[in-house]
Amino acid sequence: MIEIKDLHKSYKMGSNSLHVLKGINFSVEEGELVAIMGSSGSGKSTLLNILGMLDVLDEGTYTLDGVPIKNLNETKAAQYRNKFLGFVFQSFNLINYKSAMENVALPLYYQKVGRKERQEKALKYLEQVGLREWADHLPSELSGGQKQRVAIARAMAAEPKVLLADEPTGALDSTTSYEVMDLIQKINDDGNTILIVTHEPDIADMCKRIVHLKDGVIVEDKKITQVRASQYV
Amino acid sequence: MRFLFDANTWQEIFGSIGKNRTRTIITVIGVLWGIFIYIVLSGAAQGLNNGFEKQFQNVAMNSMFTWAQSTSMPYKGYKTGRQIQLKLKDVSVLKNRIPEIQYIAPRNVKGVFGGSPAQIIRAGKSGNYAVYGDYPISTKIATKKIYDGGRFINDEDIEAARKVCVIGERTQKELFEKSDNPIGDYIRIDNVFFQVVGVHKFTPGGGFESDSDIYIPYTTFRKLYNTGENVGWFAIAAYDDADVIKVEENVKAVLKTIHNVNPRDDRAIGSFNLGEIFNRIVGFAKGLTFMSLVVGIATILAGVIGIGNILLISVKERTKELGVRRALGATPKEVRSLIILESVFLTMIAGVMGIILGAGVLSLINKMTQGMDFPYANPTVPIPYVLGALAIMVILGTLIGLIPAQRAVSIKPIDALREE
Repeated sequence: MIEIKDLHKSYKMGSNSLHVLKGINFSVEEGELVAIMGSSGSGKSTLLNILGMLDVLDEGTYTLDGVPIKNLNETKAAQYRNKFLGFVFQSFNLINYKSAMENVALPLYYQKVGRKERQEKALKYLEQVGLREWADHLPSELSGGQKQRVAIARAMAAEPKVLLADEPTGALDSTTSYEVMDLIQKINDDGNTILIVTHEPDIADMCKRIVHLKDGVIVEDKKITQVRASQYV
Repeated sequence: MRFLFDANTWQEIFGSIGKNRTRTIITVIGVLWGIFIYIVLSGAAQGLNNGFEKQFQNVAMNSMFTWAQSTSMPYKGYKTGRQIQLKLKDVSVLKNRIPEIQYIAPRNVKGVFGGSPAQIIRAGKSGNYAVYGDYPISTKIATKKIYDGGRFINDEDIEAARKVCVIGERTQKELFEKSDNPIGDYIRIDNVFFQVVGVHKFTPGGGFESDSDIYIPYTTFRKLYNTGENVGWFAIAAYDDADVIKVEENVKAVLKTIHNVNPRDDRAIGSFNLGEIFNRIVGFAKGLTFMSLVVGIATILAGVIGIGNILLISVKERTKELGVRRALGATPKEVRSLIILESVFLTMIAGVMGIILGAGVLSLINKMTQGMDFPYANPTVPIPYVLGALAIMVILGTLIGLIPAQRAVSIKPIDALREE
């Protein structure tokens, strides 16, 4: 599903350049649930941004579902993001003046899906995350866990190839974190490919594979036995 | 273009506008005020214009008056300071020599330019009023509205020197009871009985006439006051296509030759030209219209710039939202269109509201000034002006929306999302 070869990325900081990713080789099969771990500054968020086409790579190749991702202009990147990727952010990033349902329906709007179908789909995905009765509520009326579930529903609504989650539990307490992880595991059980950036070991243990990043290189890549989050809920 | 007619696009815009109410309202007020000022100013200017025209409608625009004074230069053996007297026979000379003259009415008056007004008596009531000796033709130059049931002086009155008169509204009020019908009744003018044949409605329009004037036939006036061939002044109307200023010069020149006045003597013959006055007033009204156009457009411009400003702030405020939209697959074009359409839509809404509000205020002013002695009538703004203003607003709204839209697109989605 994802194929990365010899990926380099550096940032210019004035006269210095900061080499963040120093030759990453990495691939993800369909249906995997991968945790990308590392301390801050290890380059994990940069890797996720490149995977999410929010940032461009300097060197190397990136293939997503057989499509080489290179030399994208903003328009093309936007279309690929819309078609291939779902995003979940640490700070939820819901649009605060739109109801839960409208938030979930937004990626469908950019897929040019008609209004009626959009609403139906949005409600379906809200149902999946258990928030159907909150469909008409604004984000400010939802708890942190609920907001993240709406965000996950929004990411799923576009039916992406890969779900990218950047510290999805970073702003939540542990009980709520486990609820969210439980949801993510269930989505993964349905066969969806998911990448999670986290620095919490307990969250990483709930994935099927852990990739450790340190100073811009992968230091460890191991498959693990998944800890089910449902037992903590 | 398809994008414009897509219901989804508009839902997004309505959503974004409707849910940021304070911002929307503040933005709208700026442009609303601009177009409101524009509509009210140009409507009011038009109203004044109409008002002036209405005031002048009873007077022929290309008319003039001329009278004689005393000479200031010696000429042909006559000495300085000789009083010139216009005569009835001047009429035919003027008409023959100056083909541009359409109507010429010799007039006399008692009690306006010095001399005491005539004493009018009726059934124990009396008053002093100015009395004019007139030909029927003078109504061609300055229309006289006569109340129903009455008439103005006619040719037979002149020929027979009938003792008939047309009285003013005020004269009627002061001499007659409310229940009396003055038509057919008699009044005494300087002890001579006259039959009232009409009551004229006074219309203000400059000049020295008033609502108490009494008009009698020229020939009767001449007998009554023993004025012979003397004429007080001539009221002259030129043909519509003639230049009344030129006619005025010619008339004075002809009168100077008839009465042996030095052609360079500017004091001997006086004149007054309505066309010139009218042109000055029309010019004033035109200037007012132009000024209101300039002020209005400038105010609209200020309002639209305000919209741009607020949208710029709003883009900054919505950086994160726009980042999310782009992460979810909004193309730069879609983001740009969203901001521009918001700008245009706000401008249009504000414009339409401003036009409606302006029209309301105009009609209010119209109602309030109705019946008042104020030159203001039927204030309107021509439709092309309104459409033009709307078009300007759409164009300006688009142009000004480009700035925040470009800014919105120039922020990378990743930077937008990182911003807390």
